[in-house]
Amino acid sequence: MTEFDLDRAWRVGAGVALRPERFGALAYSFNSRRLSFLKSRRLYEIVRTLAEYPSGRAACEAAGAAGTELAQLRTALGTLAATGMIEERVA
Amino acid sequence: MSAIAPAGTPAVRLVDHFEAGLDAPICLTWELTYACNLACVHCLSSSGRRDPRELSTEECRAVIDELEAMQVFYVNIGGGEPTVRRDFWELLDYATAHHVGVKFSTNGSRITPQIAERLAANDYVDVQISLDGATPAVNDRVRGTGSYDTALRAMGHLRDAGMRNFKISVVVTRENVAELDAFKAIADDHGAQLRITRLRPSGRGADVWDELHPTADQQRELYDWLVAHGEDVLTGDSFFHLSAYGQALPGLGMCGAGRVVCLIDPIGDVYACPFAIHDAFLAGNIRTDGGFAGVWRESELFTRLRGPQSGGACESCSFYDSCRGGCMAAKFFTGLPLDGPDPECALGHGEALLAGRQAGQATPRPAQDHSRVRPPARDCDENPLAVWTP
Repeated sequence: MTEFDLDRAWRVGAGVALRPERFGALAYSFNSRRLSFLKSRRLYEIVRTLAEYPSGRAACEAAGAAGTELAQLRTALGTLAATGMIEERVA
Repeated sequence: MSAIAPAGTPAVRLVDHFEAGLDAPICLTWELTYACNLACVHCLSSSGRRDPRELSTEECRAVIDELEAMQVFYVNIGGGEPTVRRDFWELLDYATAHHVGVKFSTNGSRITPQIAERLAANDYVDVQISLDGATPAVNDRVRGTGSYDTALRAMGHLRDAGMRNFKISVVVTRENVAELDAFKAIADDHGAQLRITRLRPSGRGADVWDELHPTADQQRELYDWLVAHGEDVLTGDSFFHLSAYGQALPGLGMCGAGRVVCLIDPIGDVYACPFAIHDAFLAGNIRTDGGFAGVWRESELFTRLRGPQSGGACESCSFYDSCRGGCMAAKFFTGLPLDGPDPECALGHGEALLAGRQAGQATPRPAQDHSRVRPPARDCDENPLAVWTP
């Protein structure tokens, strides 16, 4: 998997639905019929609002993520991108 | 299924959240009818005859509205044979138009080329064809004469219509465990995905479980095969009790009954899971107990299942964390205590308990039996010309 590029623009994947939960959220892709668990509320908040920001980094910062957490979120977002739960958009 | 976690965040494990139950199921099974044109010997729901109390089209639509409001992503529709309902295609369209994805299980008898085209065109629909033998001989012994050909014909129609990754669903038995590679080849041939699930002693399955459930050696073989195939082969989380052989299999690895899954039966009864159609696991009815959401959120049974469970004798086992005592329904219908090992415990503790049951000890019977009543055996059951003399 190539490193997730925080400085590009992203959005929730086509055909993907999010359902907030106490632990974070469930994400389901109607295309791949794959279910993923977003294991924190902050990650859910970032994913939900990705399309509103010019970059992944901006969405993370707006949600209050910084420092080592940002690195962890980047890994999590990378996995979501690799499975089509989020996708790159033209900024 | 995968868990995406920023490292370091989960003080509480995900599985703990699930065991405490969610506000809505992750997915659920909905048996639309007890009517079926087949009479499989292991039918979980003892299907055959339609129940006259079946939910009406209106009532089914109301269930779908609730699932949409609860953000249930998809529902597994089964039966019986769901496509024998006259309003089946209408309900399918209604669900997908309301953002409730549908995966439905069928024996394939109604999957014509035209229907296959229609299914392939809808992203929100997935189809699961049941097949319990990779050869007609093995399949038809369980599912009935001609059912292998019917299933294969349906798969051909789906492939020809361009339906990708539909499911071929196999209940693994003593007789077909040797055919796992052959099933995989059939799935690959059709651009389909293989799904292997566990034979449960539920419904009519209780009558054949002793002869058909895999032997201990076969279970080991099955486990190794599943590990080798990883996420390529689906299991509906059926085999988490086998994790005691070594590494855990992909999936949640826990019993989701009443916590993240449940069953709605054709008359609106809600059970903890599809393998537990018995009064002991009946949570309520959507007609009388505040709709589906009312049952899911308020049922005493579900509240109890979401509370701490005792693992009993299993708690001292080093594999308890991954196996968690196995399947509640499998224990219940084989007459074993719920707070002890699964009858197919990988370490053999279940076998010992089964052997220790009193001869003739009664095991719980399913709450309902919709099997078609078989007429007394006559010569012409074997050969229609038996008593015909020209």
